[in-house]
Amino acid sequence: MSVLPVLVIVAAIIALWYAGAVVMNSTWTLDQAARQGTDPSLSEIVADTMAQERPLLPAPHQVAAELWEVTAEKKITSKRSLIYHGFITLKTTLFGFVTGAVFGVALALGIVHSRTLEQSVMPWAIISQTIPIVALAPMIIVLSNAVGIENREVPKTIIAAYLSFFPVLVSMIKGLRSPDAMQIDLLRTYNASGGQIFSKLRLPASLPYFFASMKVAIAASLVGTIVGELPTGAIQGLGARMLIGSQFGEPMIMWTALFAAAILAALLVIAVGGLERLALRLMGEGAR
Amino acid sequence: MKKPVIDAQNVDLTFETNDGPVHALSDVNLQINKGDFVSFIGPSGCGKTTFLRCVAGLETPTGGQLTVNGLSPDEARKARSYGYVFQAAGLYPWRTIAGNIKLPLEIMGFSKAEQDKRVERVLDLVELSGFARKYPWQLSGGMQQRASIARAIAFDADILLMDEPFGALDEIVRDHLNEQLLDLWARTEKTIGFVTHSIPEAVYLSTKIVVMSPRPGRITDVIDSPLPKERPLSIRDSAEFLEIAHRVREGLRAGHAYD
Repeated sequence: MSVLPVLVIVAAIIALWYAGAVVMNSTWTLDQAARQGTDPSLSEIVADTMAQERPLLPAPHQVAAELWEVTAEKKITSKRSLIYHGFITLKTTLFGFVTGAVFGVALALGIVHSRTLEQSVMPWAIISQTIPIVALAPMIIVLSNAVGIENREVPKTIIAAYLSFFPVLVSMIKGLRSPDAMQIDLLRTYNASGGQIFSKLRLPASLPYFFASMKVAIAASLVGTIVGELPTGAIQGLGARMLIGSQFGEPMIMWTALFAAAILAALLVIAVGGLERLALRLMGEGAR
Repeated sequence: MKKPVIDAQNVDLTFETNDGPVHALSDVNLQINKGDFVSFIGPSGCGKTTFLRCVAGLETPTGGQLTVNGLSPDEARKARSYGYVFQAAGLYPWRTIAGNIKLPLEIMGFSKAEQDKRVERVLDLVELSGFARKYPWQLSGGMQQRASIARAIAFDADILLMDEPFGALDEIVRDHLNEQLLDLWARTEKTIGFVTHSIPEAVYLSTKIVVMSPRPGRITDVIDSPLPKERPLSIRDSAEFLEIAHRVREGLRAGHAYD
């Protein structure tokens, strides 16, 4: 695999970003100049757009420097450390992911075994995903408060699980039903029991589908966690940092939190991908 | 007189479909004795596969009598009296060749030691020794089909049912596998039911050739082959061979199979 195309794309994105920063931030630069009655040259304008304290769109190097400062240079116990906030978000993401995956798999098992369950549950599962999570999240938080759940992790976990169970459910149903009629017939010629058909055929056949859905589910769980952190009045987590950044007009905080979330998502997907490769190699497909 | 292994008396099968009933099998009478190699030949829709599936208990006749080893097909299936080879090898991609052959053995509860012993024995029978730890995708189509035959004979069924097992393979590979199959049959003395749409394949392999025709699926001719049990590939150029092939072709024509 050649790294050149990848680098070209990355370079293009960064170039676009710089151009965007210049265009968007120059308004403020020109306003300031007009107020002070100065007439800055083009190079002065460009230099200023990349060094503002509260830019509309921070330049890449500003975000990188801020990201470095709030991760590597701050103590993890500091309330400004993104490692600290990222860890809070990561914890809820993983809880929500596991809860959602277990729920999704369990529901898929039920649906594959019972037509009634499929007809009664599947429409609701689909409807559940059509409701915007930003509308639902505050209600989940209010409700869990109303029933006396003090722990703020709980509603966040519920929201994360709510978003991540669905891809798992859909994929597992497809995976468990993936063996064709011939495969089932073959096991019937051995007079295999229902349990054996499940454990020897349906379950292993569904694993590739399972892992494909895991990648979607873990990313969805992270989104759910961040959305859950926004309206809680939470003071912890990447979502809370984004909210604070936007409420106090601190774009740097917002953008670094955003990037931290993106990096966290990438790491999680890579981790799941690693697990997938490991599992598929154990199943003899890794070398293909 | 010995009782036939597979005995069909006036077997009828009608499928109810949305377009009305389909008469898949009509008045099928056939006796297969122990150690026979019986080929079913005919065009698509003649019911040859359906009949094999009835014998296997995968379909249930709507009329007539069908017994396998003196049992009903369903009882015979539950007694695991036959191995079935499908047109596609259908090996599990997540299991090695040995793992695939162990599949029926695991289901039937053979001990680990016994499983290993049997895997080694049947791999030798289909000339795949040394491939035990390979995965199916590492094998050619012909080798995969041999592995699926090994899987079907790994347990103690003395009947082997094969549904166009070599239909998807090229002729050169098919010739080789036919030769191997005869060798396997001679060594294991199994009773074999073999569905094919190739006249040379049917004549080369069989002691008994059942010619079938469609709409409704029925038997038009049963030919007891006079060919000796030992059959080199060159037998296919002999006058006897060509005579039988001619009779099969006539049988197919009589059943309007070419329509």
